[in-house]
Amino acid sequence: MFDFLEGYDLLGAFWVTVQLTLLSAVGSLIWGTMLAAMRVGPVPLMRGFGAAYVNIVRNIPLTVIILFTSLGLNQTLGITLGGGDDFDTINFRLAVLGLILYTSAFVCEAIRAGINTVPVGQAEAARAVGLNFTQVLTLIVLPQAFRAVVGPLANVLIALTKNTTVAAAIGVAEAALLMKEMIENEAQLLLIAAIFAFGFVCLTLPTGLILGWVGKKVAVKR
Amino acid sequence: MTNVSVAKEDAAPTGDLVVLESVNKHFGALHVLQDIELTITRGEVVVVIGPSGSGKSTLCRTINRLETIDSGAISIDGKPLPQEGKELARLRADVGMVFQSFNLFAHKTVLQNVMLGQIKVRKTDKKKAEEKARALLDRVGVGTQADKYPAQLSGGQQQRVAIARALAMDPKVMLFDEPTSALDPEMINEVLEVMQQLAREGMTMVVVTHEMGFARSAANRVVFMADGRIVEQAAPDQFFSNPRSDRAKDFLSKILHH
Ligand SMILES: Nc1ncnc2c1ncn2[C@@H]1O[C@H](COP(=O)(O)OP(=O)(O)OP(=O)(O)O)[C@@H](O)[C@H]1O
Ligand SMILES: [Mg+2]
Repeated sequence: MFDFLEGYDLLGAFWVTVQLTLLSAVGSLIWGTMLAAMRVGPVPLMRGFGAAYVNIVRNIPLTVIILFTSLGLNQTLGITLGGGDDFDTINFRLAVLGLILYTSAFVCEAIRAGINTVPVGQAEAARAVGLNFTQVLTLIVLPQAFRAVVGPLANVLIALTKNTTVAAAIGVAEAALLMKEMIENEAQLLLIAAIFAFGFVCLTLPTGLILGWVGKKVAVKR
Repeated sequence: MTNVSVAKEDAAPTGDLVVLESVNKHFGALHVLQDIELTITRGEVVVVIGPSGSGKSTLCRTINRLETIDSGAISIDGKPLPQEGKELARLRADVGMVFQSFNLFAHKTVLQNVMLGQIKVRKTDKKKAEEKARALLDRVGVGTQADKYPAQLSGGQQQRVAIARALAMDPKVMLFDEPTSALDPEMINEVLEVMQQLAREGMTMVVVTHEMGFARSAANRVVFMADGRIVEQAAPDQFFSNPRSDRAKDFLSKILHH
């Protein structure tokens, strides 16, 4: 029944999915945190930039952003992100960039919600001790904010895992692209769909369970 | 109790430490601080009392610039309060603050709470910071709780940790904004005792409180505020036995008869 799988690199495709997910997750966590810091910071220009970024980016379809990285950044502006002449590498990196740009808007909002759960007294006490703005943010507010939003961030991560399929639009050889190819070549439509659905559930279900557990574990008691 | 040096041992015994000159502040249309003139000398313990909403907390918070002022001048140890940035952070480190709601860093242990400022602001090395933190925790009577998180402590214990956290910076002056108001009655004394001891050791203190017993026994001066003004100030004996203003008489009759 599974004979038709011969000749397809199923694991390899899912491995690309995992790589896209992990790299984009790290990138969007960093950039999303910086955006959140801008949005709560004292500098009006940065607050404005952060707000504008989030409101614009999260309202653009991811497909458009990914296509923009390829058509706009790469083909029009010639940006290769250090990928040389290797189209596969370039497209993979462009996809990661697009996913980071998009996902960080959601990470930013999750973290900002977390910052709002931290009582103002925490930051006041930190300022009163003599910590400067950056220290207050990185030592007191953000650590507590992160602990409060592990659950919401897990949801962002799950969405990101599924969103990596959009990278197929610019030819990145991840799971969804392989699925499309298999569906075109084989007569097992339902079975193929089921296999890929199962693959994604294998990636996302543990993410949700583990991070749910971590979230409870690290929650700040007040 | 362990003997920990208090900041002022090397300080001159007299001189103006905190000076507020015609300080004004508004919250929108509300004129919360009106032409406040207040000078606190080194080693002095000043208790600020007054009805709710009279501006006591706001006054306290302007002294380390948690609240900005609209006009007037505030100086600490001869230096005007800096506007923002590094200078302000440095000044705040010299001014200890104890809040009504404790505000211990919830994600850090008791020990880490008392070490953080020493390490990040004073750049003390970790080992010295820990030694000092443990000594201070012993001194306020919570040495055995060092590895717990704030939420695991009673209110009285948390407030004593908060005092230790402030003392760890070797402050020139300590501000207390109703430090016992959020406590269950049986815990009030354990906090007041620590404050009494600090006062005896010569710490300069500004204390907003409704604890008249503390005011009588520890204060050098009582400052009475109403409607954003300092209405009256006097030595505690004089103030409690013979208040001059009607506002103060009225206020005292209300709180002393309850
Ligand atoms: N951040 C703020 N924004 C607007 N109004 C404020 C703010 N903080 C305080 N106020 C108002 O300023 C006035 C003085 O407040 P403050 O907290 O200094 O009074 P207080 O004397 O400490 O009173 P209490 O005994 O109730 O603590 C009050 O009317 C209060 O509502
Ligand atoms: Mg108050």
